[in-house]
Amino acid sequence: MKPHEDRIADHVKQIPRSGIRDFFELVQGRDDVISLGVGEPDFAAPWHIREAAIFSLEKGQTSYTSNLGLLSLRESISEYVEGQFDVRYDAKTEILVTVGVSEALDLVCRAMLNPGDEVIYHEPCYVSYNPSIALAYGVAVGVQTKVEDEFVLKAVDVAAKITDKTRMILLNFPTNPTGAVEPLEELEKIAALAIEHDLIVVSDEIYSELLYGGESGMERGEHVSIASLPGMKERTILLHGFSKAFAMTGFRLGYSCAPHALTEAMMKIHQYSMLCAPIMSQNAAVEALKNGAGEVEKMRRAYARRRNLLLNSFEKMGVPCFSPGGAFYAFPDIRKFGLSSKEFALRLLEEENVAVVPGDAFGAAGEGCVRACYATAFDQLEIALERIANFVGRL
Amino acid sequence: MDALLELLEKNARLTTADMAVRLGKSPEEIESMAAELESQGTILGYHAVIDRDKTDDDRVSALIEVKLTPERDGGFDRLAKRIAKFGQVTSCYLMSGGYDLAVIVEGNDLKEVAQFVSEKLSTLDGVVSTATHFQLKVYKQSGFLAADTHEDERLPVTP
Ligand SMILES: Cc1ncc(COP(=O)(O)O)c(C=O)c1O
Repeated sequence: MKPHEDRIADHVKQIPRSGIRDFFELVQGRDDVISLGVGEPDFAAPWHIREAAIFSLEKGQTSYTSNLGLLSLRESISEYVEGQFDVRYDAKTEILVTVGVSEALDLVCRAMLNPGDEVIYHEPCYVSYNPSIALAYGVAVGVQTKVEDEFVLKAVDVAAKITDKTRMILLNFPTNPTGAVEPLEELEKIAALAIEHDLIVVSDEIYSELLYGGESGMERGEHVSIASLPGMKERTILLHGFSKAFAMTGFRLGYSCAPHALTEAMMKIHQYSMLCAPIMSQNAAVEALKNGAGEVEKMRRAYARRRNLLLNSFEKMGVPCFSPGGAFYAFPDIRKFGLSSKEFALRLLEEENVAVVPGDAFGAAGEGCVRACYATAFDQLEIALERIANFVGRL
Repeated sequence: MDALLELLEKNARLTTADMAVRLGKSPEEIESMAAELESQGTILGYHAVIDRDKTDDDRVSALIEVKLTPERDGGFDRLAKRIAKFGQVTSCYLMSGGYDLAVIVEGNDLKEVAQFVSEKLSTLDGVVSTATHFQLKVYKQSGFLAADTHEDERLPVTP
């Protein structure tokens, strides 16, 4: 019998092991670790949303739904997206409910790419982007963003990577892992590039509710979706979901909003691979969109307070960290300590029992920084920051 | 101001410095905001939210529905204020619906509360009727769930 390794498809074999997974294995099993390494809210989903899911089960709603998702949910999404992003999508033909943004991203790549087609994306970025493109036989073309620019994506850098193979530009603002938001001028220039070169823009706006505006981040910042810019709706695939703002990661629910023909193409794959998203989650999501705004804003303010603590503490301990405009991550610059981001994270874990994620897990452009997630209870965060201060004090 | 109230409502024991860090303001700004909220009577006081079941204290609490005859000038105000002044009354609200005042009364035992109702409350001129409901168990008070533990069950490192 030949070794099982030889049976694995080449393009799967070529996907490198995830840096997150490596680090996870180091952290797991250690006691008393305070983890700032998570990528999800510490809040449970708001009770009224959980209650709606329970009610849906009580009513015996345990069946499949339409492939696209419950029409009532798609109608709610349409209304919500119009309010939030100022773009109107038709509930019947332009919205697809998916198992998280994760699935939507996979569908986009598989539906849109022929082998060898290029997708431009910005690094450091969410860990799935590169593999999702590669698994669809596409070529991931990374554009590096820099801490000096506060991880803003420069349209000139995008332009430099466009070739006749380029099919899509993949954006994520606010960004995981940096918390960066894209200034409107750059977003407009990127839109202009997409139009000039006739490209599709895939915009993962999963953190768009979590924006920290005003002087101290306590006010909700204004989000501009690239889909809302002139001439962009027809060439944008907008991805959004319930995981972050509504603290519903485990419900596994997201959606895409896109022109009908593209939605149909994604639906073709979705209907065979997933059939539909879970009905309990869909029912919970209807409740989330209808009545969840208050809870979302409450959680956002809680994140804003923790963000203030984090930035204040980094400043006090002399760790440079730009002020992230969104999401729930800070991406402090640790280069001055003369350690690689992996060494820094490893020693912080071993010496002080605090987990942060090495920046290079999010692409080479993340080297020199670590990701600290502040979606953690305030008292835990305070202890973690004290420990980090002790650690950097010794370096 | 609202952000400060939101903080204090959850935890009034935070120091000025703690609040300043959370809200991204200077301690001086926090001091002056708090002073203003106190002086204008927005903040009436600060207290601990106590789960009495965890104490040796056997005090009882009752919700009393009170019906009143409104007065020609001032409606219910004069009587309501008069009732609210009794030390046994911990809260007093004017209500819409089937009765007029919701009065929360605390006493050392059932008898004491009953006595307060029969001797003080129902004998007041203008009080038409009372209905006393004793509290049996607390599930939530002032925004805090009793015996609520939410464990962090997230994986320690996720994308
Ligand atoms: C940028 C980004 N996109 C997508 C996802 C996946 O979200 P979902 O839970 O909707 O699959 C995450 C989760 O960490 C993320 O950070």
